[in-house]
Amino acid sequence: MSIFEAKNVSKQYGTQLALDNVSIAVPHQSIYGLLGPNGAGKTTLIRIINQITGPDSGELFLEGKKLRPEDVQRIGYLPEERGLYKKMKVGEQALYFAQLKGLSKAEAMKRLKYWFKKLEIIDWWGKKVEELSKGMAQKVQFVTTVLHEPKLLIFDEPFTGFDPVNANLIKNEILFLRERGATIIFSTHNMESVEELCDNITLINKAKTILEGSVDEIRSKWAANEYDLVFDGNVKIEGNGHYNILDHKFENNKSIIRLKTTGAVNSNELLQTAIKSGTVISFNPALPSMNEIFIRVVEARN
Amino acid sequence: MNKISVIIKREYITRVRKKSFIIMTLLAPLLMAAIIIVPTVLMMNQKGDFKKIAVIEEKSDLFKGVIKNTREAEFIYLENVNINEFKTKFEKEGYYGVLIIYPEIITTPNAIDLISKKQPPIGLLEHIERSLEKNIEKQKLAAYSIGDLDAIMKSIQTDVNVQTKKLDEMGNVQKTSTGISMALAYIFGLLMYMLVFIFGSQVMRGVIEEKTSRVVEVIISSVKPIELMMGKIIGIALVGLTQFMMWVILTAGVTTVLKSTVLEKSGITEITQSMPQNMMSQNQPVSVEASKQEISPELMEFTRLFDSALNQPWLLIIFSFIFYFITGYLLYASVFAAIGSAVDNETETQQFMLPVTIPIIIGLMVAMGTMQNPESPVAFWCSLIPLTSPIVMMARIPFGVPFWQIGISMLLMVVTFIFFVWMAAKIYRTGILMYGKKTSWKEMWKWLRYSG
Repeated sequence: MSIFEAKNVSKQYGTQLALDNVSIAVPHQSIYGLLGPNGAGKTTLIRIINQITGPDSGELFLEGKKLRPEDVQRIGYLPEERGLYKKMKVGEQALYFAQLKGLSKAEAMKRLKYWFKKLEIIDWWGKKVEELSKGMAQKVQFVTTVLHEPKLLIFDEPFTGFDPVNANLIKNEILFLRERGATIIFSTHNMESVEELCDNITLINKAKTILEGSVDEIRSKWAANEYDLVFDGNVKIEGNGHYNILDHKFENNKSIIRLKTTGAVNSNELLQTAIKSGTVISFNPALPSMNEIFIRVVEARN
Repeated sequence: MNKISVIIKREYITRVRKKSFIIMTLLAPLLMAAIIIVPTVLMMNQKGDFKKIAVIEEKSDLFKGVIKNTREAEFIYLENVNINEFKTKFEKEGYYGVLIIYPEIITTPNAIDLISKKQPPIGLLEHIERSLEKNIEKQKLAAYSIGDLDAIMKSIQTDVNVQTKKLDEMGNVQKTSTGISMALAYIFGLLMYMLVFIFGSQVMRGVIEEKTSRVVEVIISSVKPIELMMGKIIGIALVGLTQFMMWVILTAGVTTVLKSTVLEKSGITEITQSMPQNMMSQNQPVSVEASKQEISPELMEFTRLFDSALNQPWLLIIFSFIFYFITGYLLYASVFAAIGSAVDNETETQQFMLPVTIPIIIGLMVAMGTMQNPESPVAFWCSLIPLTSPIVMMARIPFGVPFWQIGISMLLMVVTFIFFVWMAAKIYRTGILMYGKKTSWKEMWKWLRYSG
């Protein structure tokens, strides 16, 4: 069952169409990727979900019920453009945002202490935001986003500005939050993290949905019968009527061969032929990266 | 509603804790007190410049003791002095100047010289002239040998002091003073202008800060834009009121302390000290004769002013001030918030600020003119038009304004401020999420028509 659904949402700014009949359905406790080039309409959709702006037409549902203004308490939003009051102290500021989300001061304090310790930023409690590094401020903002334990979390480019260690820390926190029952909508340009984290995606380009579905399905669909075959030592194989050789590399005393089957050959048959040519180290269907798919889909549309 | 109070609290506390706020709050009363105290101190110092003047008569002694000593000068009548010799040495003997009276003075007005090294002050000359004129008149009158002359003189002695009285709506006569009305008009007009302008532009700066630091997007994912805007406007209004109250209390405090420490010894406080008894007795009929003997002219004037100040329609003034402050501030602050939302930084505000500043400046100018002529058509219309009425009407009220005019002005004000807040909220809602584009008037007009 979908925890969140947007049905046929359209939004126009003046003469500019920002969203054209876009629908998404986010399954419960999943991570949903919202992808698209700059200016495609992702931010507009996110703002509509957060009820910062309203759609011109279309409907939104949270847990099967129409989205209401009070539902902001059940949504957490980390915008792409991070913003904190520069002159305000970290702890006070986090408390302020928590109270705006409807938490009582005492409860907010308790949870903040927990999160600040967990992310190792407790020492920064009394510091002003302008004294913090960018990564530190990002952590503070991450905490304010998840503090009220929302059912639906929306992260817009959550990893920018983090070093690899902290990016990994945040990634694990996101996975932890999902385990505890949250659903995450995740907007990013970083396709590696999409492959790693997302269950489903929607790709928006020029206000329209151009690709949607589960990440595995999309990748298999675009895979188009390609395989990577790795042999020990220098092995050469020729293409025949059943397959064509697309690429041949020899690296570190291994031969890496990408081939494409021509149709009615299944992987077992292919492997049987391959064994005759040398020692097989690995045999994998070659899935295209999300990065490739992204570029190909968007360029095809343009 | 609960969230608005969280916003109001933040806006209030972060501002009140700022160093600049604390410094301004403490410094301004000292400046105000200085403005009140310094002229008095200067006056005191002037008095310290005491003058000794020798009075010499040529060949007669008609005017011995005629010129009375004043606070500024002592007149010493010298007899049997060689005039020419004394002219050269009076300074060495500690005299400021020599007054030489010739016998022809009775018939020739200028038969009198005051010789001094410096130009004598006009007050001193007037005192000498008045004393001698009176004495000569008296001597001339005496020459007619009228019986009971002293009694007649006493009975014809008169003093004229125009008392301005105002008829109110109910036909009651009220004692007023144009001076007090002018002072009040000035104070309230200027105060309204300052409060609206200073705190209105603080709202604008606050909005720009939130927009440029991108905090706004996080906040309006939790609260409605109008809640954020109103929370900010109300929070800053409370900061303004706090500062204003602190100023009143501190100014009063500092002035009192300075008065008691600096001025007490010099005796300048005698006027104010004798005030209370006089105020208490003001309701009882006091005969002109009696009051004349008791009260010095300055004290009389002071009592009159105080009387007049008490007779001002204070309830109306305070009510109107609060009303016009709230509505006027809300009107302008929401416009300032809309402007702040439409720009990316403070330098871009210029083009939008001008049309907003003009009505405020016009209001202030008309208010200043109002003091000369509170009934002029310009003052009348500007006190009804909502953009200028908070300032101009406040300047007019101390002079007396018919209730129907105040009523219409307030009604227009309420309608307009609701309309402006509504419009500003629409612009604000769109503006705070617009970045990088230079906003034009046309653009803002488009925002007004966007749906939620």
